[in-house]
Amino acid sequence: MSILFDGLSLGAIYALIALGYTMVYGIAKMLNFAHGDIIMVGAYAVFVTLISGGHIALAIGLSVIICVIMGVVVEKFAYKPLRGASPLAVLITAIGVSYLLQSISQLVFGAEPKTVTIASLGAITLFGAKISVSSIVTLVIGAVIMAGLTVFVKKTRTGRAMVAVSEDKGAAMLMGINVNKIISITFAIGSALAAAASLFYLMQIPSVEPTLGSMPGIKAFTAAVIGGIGSIPGAMIGGVLLGVIEKICLSVPVLAPYTTAVEFGLLIVILLVRPIGLLGKKRREKV
Amino acid sequence: MIKSILKSDDFKIKNFINYIVIAAALVVCIILFQAGELKTSYVNLLVQIGYSIILAVSLNLVVGFLGELSLGHAGFMCVGAYLGTFISIQLSEVIESKVICLLISMIFGGLIAAVFGFLVGLPALRLKGDYLAIVTLAFGEIVRTVFKNLPKELFGGAMGLSTNAVKFTKRDIPLFIIVFIVVILTLFFVQNLVRSKHGRAITAIRDNEIAAKAMGINVTFYKLFVFVIAAFFAGVAGVFYGHYATPVMYTFFSYNYSIEILVMVVLGGMGSINGSIIAATLIPIINYKLQEKLPGDLAALKFLIYAVILIGIVIFNNAPKLAPIKERLSVKALIAKVTAKNRKPEDILNDPAHWDRIPTKIAMDEVLSTDIQPGNEYVPDKPAKGGK
Repeated sequence: MSILFDGLSLGAIYALIALGYTMVYGIAKMLNFAHGDIIMVGAYAVFVTLISGGHIALAIGLSVIICVIMGVVVEKFAYKPLRGASPLAVLITAIGVSYLLQSISQLVFGAEPKTVTIASLGAITLFGAKISVSSIVTLVIGAVIMAGLTVFVKKTRTGRAMVAVSEDKGAAMLMGINVNKIISITFAIGSALAAAASLFYLMQIPSVEPTLGSMPGIKAFTAAVIGGIGSIPGAMIGGVLLGVIEKICLSVPVLAPYTTAVEFGLLIVILLVRPIGLLGKKRREKV
Repeated sequence: MIKSILKSDDFKIKNFINYIVIAAALVVCIILFQAGELKTSYVNLLVQIGYSIILAVSLNLVVGFLGELSLGHAGFMCVGAYLGTFISIQLSEVIESKVICLLISMIFGGLIAAVFGFLVGLPALRLKGDYLAIVTLAFGEIVRTVFKNLPKELFGGAMGLSTNAVKFTKRDIPLFIIVFIVVILTLFFVQNLVRSKHGRAITAIRDNEIAAKAMGINVTFYKLFVFVIAAFFAGVAGVFYGHYATPVMYTFFSYNYSIEILVMVVLGGMGSINGSIIAATLIPIINYKLQEKLPGDLAALKFLIYAVILIGIVIFNNAPKLAPIKERLSVKALIAKVTAKNRKPEDILNDPAHWDRIPTKIAMDEVLSTDIQPGNEYVPDKPAKGGK
């Protein structure tokens, strides 16, 4: 039971990150490798604010703002010049950006992990199982954010414009949608979600290091692919599924050392059996 | 198939310059080594350069020629390093000579890595682009995790595989000589492959898969083929690593190392073998120099440089808006400008490199203006006298 809850809250973190991947992929048709490192930037923002005596609310606010700025700036300088270039070029640039962010933070903060204590919330007993409050908070807030995002995409003008751009960029442009602006907004939203994920991540594992974002980033991408890339509910389902699987693997002694291998193995199997993911839409390639 | 690879027909000195340069460098190094002028650290650096060249050239086959991104090249190297060295250690109990151990294990390490290349190539048939990149990355991570957790008695577990039994010491012939001979063999194979009909098929797949398929190219076969070949050479490089470093640690073959190989390929130029050689020579030297100068966290500066190289080069080469600037700065354009004055229109017409650029109109104008002049009118051939 407590494993399930831990898995769900970890899954909520993955889902938040996966949403960023999936939205950017849906709209800009690129895999934003640097997305995981935006999480790291957010975590460092929290760390710096708390160290210098700021309140936790200030830390959250700053983290979100810095992540959003970072996401938009990266898009403007690294990805925008490459719009229309080959996907391979964009992918390599994204890897470069990820590397850049990691090395800068290592130069600034050093390689060794730093401890961040947000607030220890203790644990409660529910149905006879000990469940930490932080995982409940993660789960609840995560669910609220995802619900909000779904409403935003379905109901607002901007959200519908985003769907339009992801369906057909050219046609959206002809309908008077400012595609560049929409792409920037997508990056901003994705980065804000990454900031939220970084907070929840710190609540569970209270330490920051320059490579903090890379593993959760890759795993969240795995989640996005499992759920079907480009699909928002798919990212949520994939994230939660992956989180639960990870926690179950970790709790079985034989499997525990191979957890990463199991997760990536699952990814490969899913891609082989159903390359479009669980909820993805099939796209026909045209000449 | 091998026969047709070896039977490439264009023999120009330009095509052999890289062998000559590498062989010359090798001879110079051997002379320096015999004279005792070469420090041990430089000898190690030479080995690093050697296996980096093999890695970069083989990754270039996948990235530059097939046009798929592989982020798991270090994974293949890891397979070769662990299993190849393991075989070598077993052999060293039977066979005295370290060189023979190395050569046998090199082939086996390469073949085992090639089998893994085949397995990773299978998803490559259904996936491409970002998905394939993620699958190769996942493969690299899986390999690392598995070797870390396999029984200690076999592969050393978290302590790494101890290679003292087969490591080349000062009493043996220097490892870099063998490495560079294999480098030359690798180049020979890869270069002839790329220039053969198979190489053209591979680049055709890169440029347009659907069109290539329509032309009757067996896309399935060639994709698997490239993955297997690249994995084979990565495995060979891994075996060299195993005979040079001790212990063989799973941490070395991380995602970061795959990126480092990718940096070599991108820096040298995707699809340029000589470029890969130059970059694979430079990067270990830069690493070595930086390691001397930068202690502790400043080591991150190295990654910063890599990142800037990656982003800068890729944006410069691919951004549509920068294309005019690139055209102006490129060496080829400069050479073309200089030689343009001495060129006659027929030269351009006969040069296959320009076939895609010649506007037909100009050719027609030339035909019209040169052929039809007073007194030089076009006279149709007289009908052949036949019959009667």
